[in-house]
Amino acid sequence: MLTSVMPDGWAVFIECVLVALWVITLYALLAIALIYMERKICGFFQCRLGPNRVGKWGIFQVIADVLKMLTKEIFNPKKADQFLYNLAPFLVILASFLTFACLPINKGTTIIDFNVGIFFLIAASSIGVLGILLSGWGSYNKYSLIGAMRSGAQIISYEMSVGLSIMTAVVLAGTMSFQGIIEYQADGWLIFRGHIPAVIAFITYLIAGNAECNRGPFDLPEAESELTAGYHTEYSGMHFGFFYLAEYLNLFIVAAIAATIFLGGWMPLHIQNLDGFNAVMDYIPGFVWFFAKAFFVVFLLMWIRWTFPRLRIDQILAFEWKYLMPICLANLILMTLVVVFGLYF
Amino acid sequence: MEEIKYIEPSQLRDEMLRLRNEKKMDFLENLIGMDWGTPAEGDAPEMTRGLGVVYRLESTETHEHAAVKTSTLDREHPQLPTVSDIWKIANIYEREVYDFYGIEFINHPDMRRIYLRNDWVGFPFRKDDEPEKENPLNMENEETIDTTTELELNPDGTIKNVENVIFDDREYVINIGPQHPSTHGVLRYRVSLEGETIKKIDPILGYIHRGIEKMNESLTYPQTLALTDRLDYLSAQQNRHALCMCIEKAMGIEVSERVQYIRTIMDELQRIDSHLLYYACLTMDLGALTAFFYGFRDREKILDIFEETCGGRLIINYNTIGGVQADIHPNFVKRVKEFIPYMSGIIHEYHDIFTGNIIAQNRMKGVGILSREDAISFGATGGSGRASGWACDVRKRIPYAMYDKVDFKEIVRTEGDSFARYMVRMDEIMESLKIIEQLIDNIPEGPYQTKTKPIIKVPEGSYYSAVEASRGEFGVFLESHGDKYPYRLHYRSTGLPLVAIMDTVCRGAKIADLITVGGTVDYVVPDIDR
Repeated sequence: MLTSVMPDGWAVFIECVLVALWVITLYALLAIALIYMERKICGFFQCRLGPNRVGKWGIFQVIADVLKMLTKEIFNPKKADQFLYNLAPFLVILASFLTFACLPINKGTTIIDFNVGIFFLIAASSIGVLGILLSGWGSYNKYSLIGAMRSGAQIISYEMSVGLSIMTAVVLAGTMSFQGIIEYQADGWLIFRGHIPAVIAFITYLIAGNAECNRGPFDLPEAESELTAGYHTEYSGMHFGFFYLAEYLNLFIVAAIAATIFLGGWMPLHIQNLDGFNAVMDYIPGFVWFFAKAFFVVFLLMWIRWTFPRLRIDQILAFEWKYLMPICLANLILMTLVVVFGLYF
Repeated sequence: MEEIKYIEPSQLRDEMLRLRNEKKMDFLENLIGMDWGTPAEGDAPEMTRGLGVVYRLESTETHEHAAVKTSTLDREHPQLPTVSDIWKIANIYEREVYDFYGIEFINHPDMRRIYLRNDWVGFPFRKDDEPEKENPLNMENEETIDTTTELELNPDGTIKNVENVIFDDREYVINIGPQHPSTHGVLRYRVSLEGETIKKIDPILGYIHRGIEKMNESLTYPQTLALTDRLDYLSAQQNRHALCMCIEKAMGIEVSERVQYIRTIMDELQRIDSHLLYYACLTMDLGALTAFFYGFRDREKILDIFEETCGGRLIINYNTIGGVQADIHPNFVKRVKEFIPYMSGIIHEYHDIFTGNIIAQNRMKGVGILSREDAISFGATGGSGRASGWACDVRKRIPYAMYDKVDFKEIVRTEGDSFARYMVRMDEIMESLKIIEQLIDNIPEGPYQTKTKPIIKVPEGSYYSAVEASRGEFGVFLESHGDKYPYRLHYRSTGLPLVAIMDTVCRGAKIADLITVGGTVDYVVPDIDR
């Protein structure tokens, strides 16, 4: 449409700007929804109500929090490495945005879509580690350094399991592109089609994804009761806001990927050969399905976080290298055998 | 009245070794610094004078007691031999005596102040010291010094100072505290790390030191009661009970049986309250935040019971000399009888969410093992000692109030790790409920307060009494010279041995284990600092 009014280059540029604004808006709205959800859910788990003063049912609480964070003083510790200290939050947010842009919200509504989408996703999410390590080092604080070291070791280890679980799904679907995987699930979600290996892959993906976000039983790097805040101790105001946002959105992205790859993404629940049922399910729009599934997985992850105590760092690493990754490898082989012998639905 | 034998400083070490090895006195219950003043005319010949120390010992096998004291008349450089190689807790106790009285202990490896700033002038507990004149308000921070002195005996008998190093320049030392979410109070640890492994811990105390023991020397006996609630505030009832018991024993006041029943029930309710908070804070330290709320939700019920009868939730102000302040509220029995089945029924939730969890078990089993010998040598009483196999419950050793007439088990485990310490306290909640159940229906009628004289003057002598507080043996040592003020009122802290064991137990463990061990040994810092 725009090409009729202005040269090609400009049209592409304006389209990019609009898409960027759309991504940022969606990101912020989702963050608000997620933070509210976490506070209310965590309140209910803990036998209390959660925020209920600021607006009916506390729905404006998060807006108040955002305003507070925007108006806080951003300070620089005198001896901190200024460049690294200031760069770190941006790296974390950058990684988060890049992965967020890959998510397929509805048929055709993907911002970055190419035929190795999954590979790109796993690669882009690794940029976040850099941000964390830089923040720990640049803060000139022994606590932050310990937290950053722990977090770095943890995230790098668990990326293996994340990658392997996703590979298991790719083996079954036969393609690395997001839309391709979802199209494959038109006959039934991957978790049903792939039965045992897919269920195992789903569970290991959730565990590893939890560890990737520094959440749940794996939140030692930012353990409030141990290191006071780990790698983001020395940040305040919007710098801290970036870390905070990135954590929630990473959680959402992990959940959304799980929903996409294993639970079908925007694909409605189809049961093979039940055409009437399928047609009814098709009436519900794709993005409703997508968000419903993603939020369901988010709820599972929050549930796990607020129930379990946290693991020690050497237990976390031992768990990954000695148990989770061998399971993922074995599962991958199992899935390959299943595909080769056609033992799936 | 305590019989305390006097021993010359030159023979002190031999006598101590004899008591330790022959009489098997392996539990150093108290090491109390004293200032008996300068010699005056008209002194009786056996009157002790000078700066000195009172030791109270007990044997864990034969349950015999012994009390000895020693003193030196030198006030410029008072020196006494150390016993810190015989009983490990003497290390910290002697630092306390040095801090308050200036007595230097020969061959003690670490002769530093412990509670006061290291640039404090003077020794405040001496009777002739004037702390305010020599120590104006200091606006500068205290320098952290990484070396300490040890006094060694030269072969010819003179003393030489040797420097011992606490932390090297090249060590990676981090500070945990004093403001920290899980040190259970204002306690500062300097921890030397190698990666994630702890090489050495140096606790620095005194951030909440209020000089309670010194203040007591200028308060009348009823006034001293007010400060006991502010020591370990989670054993408020039990602390005051100990002090009242001590004064009543000294004065020969008999309290009525109704008062004994009430005091026992209140003590046990306080114990449950403290253990619930222990559970909540431990789970919070380990990350299971939901369990924190379970503990606090049920603790509210006990606090409501306290508030109705005693008027306070945390600072309870209930026991007085000769009885209790007011009779129990008419609703008290009914509410306690409702609470007991509620608590017994809901405790399974605590175990469901935390005890059985594989993560919690991995964090606690095998972590921070305290051996039985170490527990006794450090005097780590309470749940931590019982988890290491030492049956140290004062309610069984030296029964007081109604404890010899009720039937309850003393929970002892042998593993000595954090999980054992945790389970000991969870089981103790059930035992406390059993005790209350046996007593609550049978409270006899009677006066709730015995009449005492308006001005209480304790007869001359030394007295000691102990209770089983929520965290261990809480003792009160009272020395009176016949005035209406105590001459020396010393509290045996339940938490000080528990802080002393942190270095021994946590070496070689990870930082996360430090938090677990600190959470499970369960100290409360105002009790340590007094």
